[in-house]
Amino acid sequence: MDLYQTLTEMWPSLWPTLAAIGVILAFVPVLGLYMTFIERKLAAYVQDRIGPNRVGPFGLFQAIADGIKIFLKEQIIPDHVYTFIYFVAPTISLMTAMFALVVMPFGPVPVDYQEGFRFVVAPGIDIGILFMFAISSLSAYGIILGGWASNNKYSLYGAIRSCAQFISYEIPLGLSIIGVIAISGSLNLEKIVAAQGGSIWDWNVFWQPLAFIVFFTSALAETNRLPFDLPECEQELVGGFHTEYGGIKFVLFFLAEYTHIVTVSFLTALLFLGGWHFPGLTGPVDGSLGGMLLRTFVLVAKVGGVVAFIMLLRWALPRFRFDQLMGLAWKGLIPLGLINLVLVAIVLTLELPKHLLAGTALLLFVAAVFSSYQLQRSMNQTVNARALNNGVRGVSA
Amino acid sequence: MTTKREKTVKWGEEPKIGWVEAMYLPAVMSGVATAVRHAFSGKPMTRQYPDVEPEIPPNYRGVHRLNRDEAGRVKCVACYMCQTACPANCIEIIAAPAPKDDPHWKDRDKYPATFTIDELRCIYCGMCEEACPVDAIELTSIYDLTGLSREEMVFDKEKLLSVFDKTVQSGKDPVRTNRGVLGPASEEAQSAKQGPPPPGRGRHG
Ligand code: SF4
Ligand code: SF4
Repeated sequence: MDLYQTLTEMWPSLWPTLAAIGVILAFVPVLGLYMTFIERKLAAYVQDRIGPNRVGPFGLFQAIADGIKIFLKEQIIPDHVYTFIYFVAPTISLMTAMFALVVMPFGPVPVDYQEGFRFVVAPGIDIGILFMFAISSLSAYGIILGGWASNNKYSLYGAIRSCAQFISYEIPLGLSIIGVIAISGSLNLEKIVAAQGGSIWDWNVFWQPLAFIVFFTSALAETNRLPFDLPECEQELVGGFHTEYGGIKFVLFFLAEYTHIVTVSFLTALLFLGGWHFPGLTGPVDGSLGGMLLRTFVLVAKVGGVVAFIMLLRWALPRFRFDQLMGLAWKGLIPLGLINLVLVAIVLTLELPKHLLAGTALLLFVAAVFSSYQLQRSMNQTVNARALNNGVRGVSA
Repeated sequence: MTTKREKTVKWGEEPKIGWVEAMYLPAVMSGVATAVRHAFSGKPMTRQYPDVEPEIPPNYRGVHRLNRDEAGRVKCVACYMCQTACPANCIEIIAAPAPKDDPHWKDRDKYPATFTIDELRCIYCGMCEEACPVDAIELTSIYDLTGLSREEMVFDKEKLLSVFDKTVQSGKDPVRTNRGVLGPASEEAQSAKQGPPPPGRGRHG
């Protein structure tokens, strides 16, 4: 059998995949560029400024101008870098970020995958979300290699931070979605969305608020966004892991970061916010064009909302200190994730009504914070008493 | 909590956090609310600079000008006060006796043959105009000084006089301006001819 024959036979199942890949490849860079624009505009509005408004109406072509400028920039390769790794690192970063989009439905996908175009590159992957987490964690390699290859203290320090951050936040991230998976009974993203297809109260966020909080916080940390952007905090580390990168290589890192944000927003929308479902737009996906478009719009609107929220958070919160960052993961999010997991297990095993979860989870959250707060206080008092004996200044209660 | 501390040392206290704040989420949400409120306030503070020029206060210290007297001559009497006072050493004057046979100059003794200010070295401190006894040199509110070469930025007498003409035309006189008689050093000669200077015109008036 020659290649041509194989291709013609595979064509009916091949072209939707190719089309979906094409869509992703075309949209990711444009999206990345325009997200920088939107972010700049949003930042400007939050800070009572106007933002970019010189290129085109409302500055809309600013993103394109930026893109052209950065492509035409001189390629500077510092003398002291490990050249091979230096070039590979940004590529790995973007590649893994794009790879994660393979199982991501960016529009409604029916659970019975019929022929024709579908809004996902690889539909029906039964380990979809596992795949996604596994791949997107690999993007840490891009950062670490980039920091290492730069042969620069600041870059390396940024890389080390990001390494530690990734390791810590993978755990609560995983813990938080186990509850969702347990109730949906599938790792398949399309099925998880389909499980939220009833009324609005079926959305995971309403009966797993704790999981949502844990997930969103750790996901933010995974994207290296403020308030968790320690790997690249300008004040301490110059530019962090991309200090030595410029021009197109920097853009690759940059695109990777924004792709991550998109991925995280999609995941949030799909796992917790009901995916393409909306009051009045429930039930299984039908094949009609109008329904498809409407659902795509709903999903994209939700994702846009999450992205906007992430961008707003950047201007609302100060950056964490590194020990606080680690403390939040290990002392805050991981115990909370475990508590949530136990709750879900109890509810599922005893077959209690699942909406019981929401109230109990939130109650437990408050109780956990309260008790740990009191514990911290009493511990500080002990420390201070000891400090008083030694004549040094203690920590304040 | 009490700790032993030295009297002379001022300790900053860490702000106390209640357990509600220890939950983070309310604080995060109020932060986001502030951000959103600003985003929708619709009152940007931006000044669209090249399109809308700012109102520069008339006591601003910008580019220098050399004032002219009533006869249109350079008011400067080449006394070197400004050059001496200048902390940046950027004024250079070459004095010459005024051409006595020229009827236009017959009431003046001395005038600057050349007068240059290196605007790149200048720190715009205003000492020169403070020092000048006849208010011949002044700093204007022209702030957008640009040039393509260093030589271009060394202003000579003609250029400094043209700055005067420009500011007078556009009505952007510095508030310190006297633009009348030559000042205390020449007041006697002036008042002999014209009577006392009109009151309320500048700091000597
Ligand atoms: S403003 Fe100051 S530095 Fe500039 S010329 Fe006058 S005295 Fe010199
Ligand atoms: S102080 Fe005034 S009069 Fe004297 S040289 Fe300078 S500008 Fe001329």
